[in-house]
Amino acid sequence: MNWKRSLVAFAAGLPFVALLAFGMTRDPNQIPTSMPGQDAPTFTLPVLNAADTVSLARHAGEVVVLNFWASWCVPCRIEHPVLLQAASRYADSDVHFYGVVYQDTEDNAQRWLNQLGQGYPSLLDPGSRTAVDYALTGVPETYIIDRQGKVVFHRAQPITDLAEFIQLIEAARAGTLGPGGASS
Amino acid sequence: MTIRGSSPYAALRAAVARATVPVAAAVTLAGATSVTLAVAAAVALAGAPLGAQESPVHAEGNVIQVPEETQLERDVRSLSSQLRCVVCQGLSLQDSPSELAQEMRGIVREQLAAGRSQEEVKDYFVSKYGEWVLMEPKREGFNLAVYILPMVMLFGGAGFVLFKARQWSTPAPAPADGAAQGR
Repeated sequence: MNWKRSLVAFAAGLPFVALLAFGMTRDPNQIPTSMPGQDAPTFTLPVLNAADTVSLARHAGEVVVLNFWASWCVPCRIEHPVLLQAASRYADSDVHFYGVVYQDTEDNAQRWLNQLGQGYPSLLDPGSRTAVDYALTGVPETYIIDRQGKVVFHRAQPITDLAEFIQLIEAARAGTLGPGGASS
Repeated sequence: MTIRGSSPYAALRAAVARATVPVAAAVTLAGATSVTLAVAAAVALAGAPLGAQESPVHAEGNVIQVPEETQLERDVRSLSSQLRCVVCQGLSLQDSPSELAQEMRGIVREQLAAGRSQEEVKDYFVSKYGEWVLMEPKREGFNLAVYILPMVMLFGGAGFVLFKARQWSTPAPAPADGAAQGR
């Protein structure tokens, strides 16, 4: 085989190798999300065990952290202390934390909160309409909505690093957290 | 992905909901009650003549009526088959018993009932989850490679095999006299 044939074989095989490399270096469980950069879907949801509702419109011009969770979700248990610490740091500020109970009973959700601590209101999502609006694929998932009402961060994994999470919230407050690279 | 649970009752509910013939579904369920069996037997004996091949549910004089599937339900089923269940592995909304898939089917039904077209409902889910949510990628742009490449490879491979087969079946030319003498 002369060098020309080798070159042709190499050129023909290269796209296939590239395709395999692309496919095999991706996590098949990682579901793509297109939420960062989009306007945050509006909602008005009832508060768990309270005769009140919360509307996203109430927080126009402020930063909102939205965490979807369930009492049957083990990783939610792991991230909850980190979220509580972050929420206590931003108490009485322009950053508002809300949990959204995902496919759970009110009793189980309240029992879970009594056991692990409740630092911010949790909302009920009948029919999972808000979950689908936010392109949820499971729990836990966390979103940060900036002052312009855009989703600037979406993570479909537990939040375990408090320092990193605080940095993300600070960036959202400063308006420097763009959608690029914010999703994980 | 983390814990993507769904209640076992959801699977049972979905299985019953998917059954098109209620009597058959009831009998299939393990532990069917004697009342159900009695109803099924009565339907079979009262309605159809001996040896009839017609389903007892469709025979004349039946007590049990199978509701006609509405156009809306047909559209919901068709569209749900084209959308991916986001908490499953390779299942469509139609085939998935998970609670989220049921909720998403509910959204499909709501939007179609509100007068939105199938394409508009599809676009809603694509705007949320990206094109990944479609069971089949759209036939446009880079996606065309998925449809075209297999054909290219098939015909290219067949052409290569034919070319090689011809080469092997053609006898090698005899060496020229002059060249043979010169050696």
